[in-house]
Amino acid sequence: MLKIKNLHASVEGKEILKGVNLEINPGEVHAIMGPNGAGKSTLSSVLTGRERFEVTAGEIEFNGKNLLELPAEDRAREGIFMSFQYPVEIPGVSTVNFLKTAVNEIRKYHGLPSYPAADFLKMIREKMDLVGIDNKLLNRSLNEGFSGGEKKKNEIFQMAVLEPRLAILDETDSGLDIDALRIVANGVNKLKKPGNSTIVITHYQRLLDYIVPDVVHVLYDGRIVKTAGKELVGELEAKGYDWIKEEVAECK
Amino acid sequence: MDNIIEEVTASDYKYGFVTQVETETIARGLNEEVVRMISAKKNEPEWLLDFRLQAYRHWQTMKMPHWAQLDIPEINYQDIVYYAAPKQKEQKNWDDVDPELKATFDKLGIPLNEQMALSGVAVDAVMDSVSVKTTFKDTLAERGIIFCSFSEAVQHHPDLVRKYLGTVVPYRDNYFAALNSAVFSDGSFVYIPKGVRCPMELSTYFRINARNTGQFERTLIVAEDDAYVSYLEGCTAPQRDENQLHAAIVEIIIEKNAEVKYSTVQNWYPGDKEGKGGIYNFVTKRGLCRGENSKLIWAQVETGSAITWKYPSTILKGDGSVSEFYSVAVTNNYQQADTGTKMIHIGNNTRSRIVSKGISAGHSSNSYRGKVKVARNARNARNFSQCDSLLLGDKCGAHTFPYLEIENPTAQVEHEATTSKIGEDQIFYCNQRGISTEDAVGLIIKGYAGDVLNKMPMEFAVEAQKLLQISLEGSVG
Repeated sequence: MLKIKNLHASVEGKEILKGVNLEINPGEVHAIMGPNGAGKSTLSSVLTGRERFEVTAGEIEFNGKNLLELPAEDRAREGIFMSFQYPVEIPGVSTVNFLKTAVNEIRKYHGLPSYPAADFLKMIREKMDLVGIDNKLLNRSLNEGFSGGEKKKNEIFQMAVLEPRLAILDETDSGLDIDALRIVANGVNKLKKPGNSTIVITHYQRLLDYIVPDVVHVLYDGRIVKTAGKELVGELEAKGYDWIKEEVAECK
Repeated sequence: MDNIIEEVTASDYKYGFVTQVETETIARGLNEEVVRMISAKKNEPEWLLDFRLQAYRHWQTMKMPHWAQLDIPEINYQDIVYYAAPKQKEQKNWDDVDPELKATFDKLGIPLNEQMALSGVAVDAVMDSVSVKTTFKDTLAERGIIFCSFSEAVQHHPDLVRKYLGTVVPYRDNYFAALNSAVFSDGSFVYIPKGVRCPMELSTYFRINARNTGQFERTLIVAEDDAYVSYLEGCTAPQRDENQLHAAIVEIIIEKNAEVKYSTVQNWYPGDKEGKGGIYNFVTKRGLCRGENSKLIWAQVETGSAITWKYPSTILKGDGSVSEFYSVAVTNNYQQADTGTKMIHIGNNTRSRIVSKGISAGHSSNSYRGKVKVARNARNARNFSQCDSLLLGDKCGAHTFPYLEIENPTAQVEHEATTSKIGEDQIFYCNQRGISTEDAVGLIIKGYAGDVLNKMPMEFAVEAQKLLQISLEGSVG
């Protein structure tokens, strides 16, 4: 589904990603862990096409398409979704209206007509129940005055509506208490469909207690320095990242 | 970000075409003879000619005002044509209207054929100096409502015109009001009798077509006790390199328990990307809430004109009278706007509300200028003002000039102001959900201006929204 080869990227002239290789197959859940400043957020920004990040070398292929040639909105329309670490507020635009625009833009891209209003609302209601989000929240301005938990829940709700093929959860656990974390993680798990893949970007273990990864990568200093099964999560939690840093230093 | 701004600065102005129609014009220049000529062409009574001449003589003693946050190039008033009229036969019915004129208004989305017209909207179509056609006149007349061109009102309802003309905006009011009072050509007249609710939206569509002409129209609206009317004006002009002057007057008189809603969609040609051409829009609009509990609502979406100088105002004279002002003013490229409102509280227990949303893009300058005055004897006046500015890019300017003159201690006046920018974060968030940058800007603007757009008559809200998006196409910052 997703093939990243020797990806180098920089921001404001500073190289952050220094040759990332990663392959994700349909249906897999990959966790990308790593210390602060390792390049985790840069990787998600590059995948989603944020302009500020410059790709200096490498390739990204998504379902056979060269992702780097597509503008951000087309990547989204191809089925890449990111749950933002810091979701923005858009005053005066309700979540429902925002999603209606998004859904119809995506449908247009795939040559489909706009969603009939009644069907759209029915679908919204189903997803609302699935994620357990309050109707009132969805009719308020997008993220305006939402608590941290509400914002993250709203991200997951948007994911439920847009049904991406690849979901990137960027530090979704940050700023959440344990109850909110559980709700958000349950939402993600309920939405999981065979054939769809997930990248969970996180610093800590706790989210991965609920969203269990198939593969765990450690990103450090712009490279993936370790890849293993889910047992790596526990090891990192117990030992921290220092031993990885030491390993990398020894290799050099 | 800068790339995006430069990539697409302005979309094409889609109303920029010129109608090939035989036009009767007079020679350029302004003097007493010209004033007399205009009056004679319109077959006006003596008192109206006198009104014009007094205004003209007064205008000659005045100087152009320069207090606004505007850079207005010198205007040569002798270089303007003060009367231009599309030639047409005596119209008895629809078939007599020149097909070119019909086609023009069709193209502007204003069908003048009653069968095809928007249901529930009566239209007075004004091109250059004259009214071309007023629809649904007979339907309205059945209820005693008068809706006709200003010239026609002078002929058929001279007493009404004489009673109200200049009572809200006297010709001495300001430079452009004096000029208009001297040379005004046509416009709309609305009279809603006592106790009548106007069953449809009334609308005037102003179109400048002829070259080198100024447009000076007058609108006079009278709502008697317990009457109601919703009125909308729309404006467009051809795309030309030279500037054209538009100086209009709107006067509204509202009696006891009556309500008038006055909406504007102003889309005069704004000039090109380099700031060449465009309309100078210098307008005086004022309503008098004369009766107890009378109400006036202003709702406007302003996207056009090279320079806008306009402050729709309300005099709250009747006890318990209410006025609301909702405005979205957009400037892009090199457009300049100095616009706002005045709320003059004179009666007791009067209330006013101001919601102004400025949007600036390109190299434009957008100023809000508003005045709230509470007279010495006006007890318990209330005002709430909210003035928001939204900036797109970093080469434009937004200014707010609120003036408060509170002479009565029982008044309660609140003022809130915010300035914000459309952030790259917001745009990217939308992109990430599959929404293009253009649509993202449209969505954000719609959200920002929603409070005002909601106040536009339903038939026009969608149009107004599209207009906002088109005016700002590409100007993301």
